[in-house]
Amino acid sequence: MEVIFILIAISLLLAVTFLILFFRAMKDGQFDDSYTPSVRILFENQPKKSKKDQPKNTKSYE
Amino acid sequence: MRPVATPEIQTSCYHCGESCEKESVSFDQKTFCCQGCKLVYEVLSQNDLCEYYQLESAPGKSQKESSRLKNRFDYLDDLEVVQKLLDFKDEKESHITFYIPLIHCASCIWLLENLYQINKAIFSSRVDFVKKKVQIKFSQDQINLKEVVTLLSTLGYEPKINLSDLDQKNKSLIDRKTLTKLGVAGFCFGNMMLFSLPEYFSEARLLGEGFKRLFDYLNVVLSLPIVFYSASDYYRSAWNAVRQRKINMDVPIVLGIIAFFFYSLWEIFAQGNAGYMDSLGGLLFFLLLGKIYQQKTFATLEFDRDYKSYFPIAVTRLVQDQEEVIPLFKLQVGDVVLVRDEELIPADSLLLSDQANIDYSFVTGEEVPVPKRKGELIYAGGRQKGGAVLFTIQKSPSQSYLTDLWNNDSFAKSTKRLLEPLANRISGVFTWTVLTIAVAAFIFWIGNDLSIAVKAFTTVLIVACPCALSMSTPFTLGNTLRIFGRGKFYLKNAAVVERLALLDTIVFDKTGTLTDPANATIEYLGEPLSAETRSIIKAMVTRSTHPLSNRINLFLGNIHPVSLDSIQEIKGEGILASYKGQEFRLGSQRFTGLVDQSIPQDGNQVSISVEGVNLGFFHIQSGLRKGVSEVVKELSEGFELHMLSGDHSHERESLSQKLGTSLRFNFEQSPKDKLNYLKDLNAQGKNTLMVGDGLNDAGALQESQVGIAVTDRVSHFSPASDAILDADSFDKIPGFLSFARQSRQIIKASFALSFLYNIVGISLAVQGLLSPVLCAILMPLSSISVVIFATVATNLMGIRKGLIHLNKP
Repeated sequence: MEVIFILIAISLLLAVTFLILFFRAMKDGQFDDSYTPSVRILFENQPKKSKKDQPKNTKSYE
Repeated sequence: MRPVATPEIQTSCYHCGESCEKESVSFDQKTFCCQGCKLVYEVLSQNDLCEYYQLESAPGKSQKESSRLKNRFDYLDDLEVVQKLLDFKDEKESHITFYIPLIHCASCIWLLENLYQINKAIFSSRVDFVKKKVQIKFSQDQINLKEVVTLLSTLGYEPKINLSDLDQKNKSLIDRKTLTKLGVAGFCFGNMMLFSLPEYFSEARLLGEGFKRLFDYLNVVLSLPIVFYSASDYYRSAWNAVRQRKINMDVPIVLGIIAFFFYSLWEIFAQGNAGYMDSLGGLLFFLLLGKIYQQKTFATLEFDRDYKSYFPIAVTRLVQDQEEVIPLFKLQVGDVVLVRDEELIPADSLLLSDQANIDYSFVTGEEVPVPKRKGELIYAGGRQKGGAVLFTIQKSPSQSYLTDLWNNDSFAKSTKRLLEPLANRISGVFTWTVLTIAVAAFIFWIGNDLSIAVKAFTTVLIVACPCALSMSTPFTLGNTLRIFGRGKFYLKNAAVVERLALLDTIVFDKTGTLTDPANATIEYLGEPLSAETRSIIKAMVTRSTHPLSNRINLFLGNIHPVSLDSIQEIKGEGILASYKGQEFRLGSQRFTGLVDQSIPQDGNQVSISVEGVNLGFFHIQSGLRKGVSEVVKELSEGFELHMLSGDHSHERESLSQKLGTSLRFNFEQSPKDKLNYLKDLNAQGKNTLMVGDGLNDAGALQESQVGIAVTDRVSHFSPASDAILDADSFDKIPGFLSFARQSRQIIKASFALSFLYNIVGISLAVQGLLSPVLCAILMPLSSISVVIFATVATNLMGIRKGLIHLNKP
């Protein structure tokens, strides 16, 4: 039955790990905005289409 | 790319979806309504960002009216301003958060988060859709703040930067601290329950004494973060209350926590028993859960705005005939400033130009702009309508009339008499009763057995710990807040619900609250107008921005305007136009030369003359909002009603005809008068509700017990108040008020329920019969049943009142 001591230690360690993960998520702001990510996940990462004659002009907004 | 082949799509702008029948710009086989829209498309297509148009169709905003002044962001060159706006800055990068009201769809999020593809100096950008904010991280060596803002506005997403942004950064709306405390409490509570479970079933003894001791000690260790960290807010609040010789809801909670903790320590270390640490953990966990439930915030709305939110951040100053954009706080007395159409006058100043047309609705509530002449003093907060004018500053912005009004002492909410929440009043009685019972039990047992006496004393405190009591309030109020939110009635916090329930006097502001500018009644009196004359008038009013012109324009309906030979708008007088050699005048009586005694004295008149001969006049009365007379009738049965107006009394008769005599009218009230009016009512012991639009009656809104700001555009514009009501829901006001009263009844009923538990628990405790198992069952049972009761009852009430629609979530 002494194995229970070890099991308790492991279970507590596991629980503490989850608590730390929760703190980290909170610090990253995961609970600040619960709506936008639901939209963001639907965006597709499209491969860049290369345009032949039109060189990319990064300053075009001016 | 999406095929754009059907003809009807061809006629609407590819960027903003507006019809482009009148003029259109073709580019890349697509139609645009204006050069601005085309420009945005061009930038996006060059940068391979056309997915913007595929996520939603026509996601943009028309660029027709966007102001194209090149130097309007010049104030962002000022290092002091930049420093105040930035969230964060180091050698490599700067972070800034912008509020962009236009954010409205998935395309917006996509485009704003792909800014880095347009300019490599932007590392990343992240949108918070609900708050309509975007945080941008950029390299300040390659791009400065002004260029970032210019880029955003080129794309049609011009950030809104105003004076209050310069003040200290606002705290994050979601309370991370409470969430952390809840997380800790949940962690400790969960593990404590695991270690306590064997105790409930007497399994600990089967496992052997070693395990039981270990479990007890582990419980003590796990209880420490709860007692010393998670519960810290309760100690602070209880201590503050006690210091002011008051008892609030948190005092009995803290008593309970202390009794729980020290009694359990004594049980575990001195007696070798299990103690009640698990119940303590559960108590704190549920309490914090209720706290978070009550903290529902309407993140997009701001309830604490003051005049700074309406003021521009920068003004155009003229120095030796050179325009220069400077931040407002650098403005000095004697400076000459240029104010363009629709811009706010930032400080009390003298008019230098010959004429100006000032709309004071922000300050006084009078809807119609007032003409001003050279040399007149103009107060801050007026809005120029028409061409650009010059002013010379007389007082610094912080000392202006308007600022003075805002900084009036009575604006400080803390000085006002607030109604005490129900829970606080009950907990006073409750705490003393419990203490008396505990002491009585202690004295009763002390003659026989000291240990039973101690046990009876502490268990009474533990059992009576008003967890159920203190949970009924947050859950009832929190749920009421949510239900109100669905009815487009947004409260600042849960405490407002309770204050709403105790009102007996309602004060309405007229302009913008009872009346709706868009709802004005308009009639034409005089010689009948021919179709041609109507078309001529239509052409005249279409060219004018005056509010009365807009109303006549609406009144004339969708007829085709003629093309006039010439048109001239004379500010403060009217419109002069010529058509086929005839002179048309539309405007004030003086302007058209109308002398007629039969003109009604209420409302506004706009008369029309041809070649000096009067045809007749338009009679315009401010129209009542939909459902106002019903609301007034319904409320007059339970409340004393007042109406305040900054307007002249010329509408008194027509208003009392429409609204009945139960309303007490007060005209020509300045913002300060309104404030004092509310002060008087409060001094008479009335519990006042002020319903206004939050501009010229801002002081009154603050002074009342509950101030509701009515607005047509909740997300764009929300003045300082306790609650914000969408104008569409105006007719639901009686429903909201009676709902607030009933949620108070629900709180009372759940108090009764939890008292029942307390009586059973205490009667067992005084006899010294309470075992840990019984305690562990009774505590959560009482809390959970009270929570369920409060939530179900408020939801049922919401359904019955028609505030919750079952088919719509």
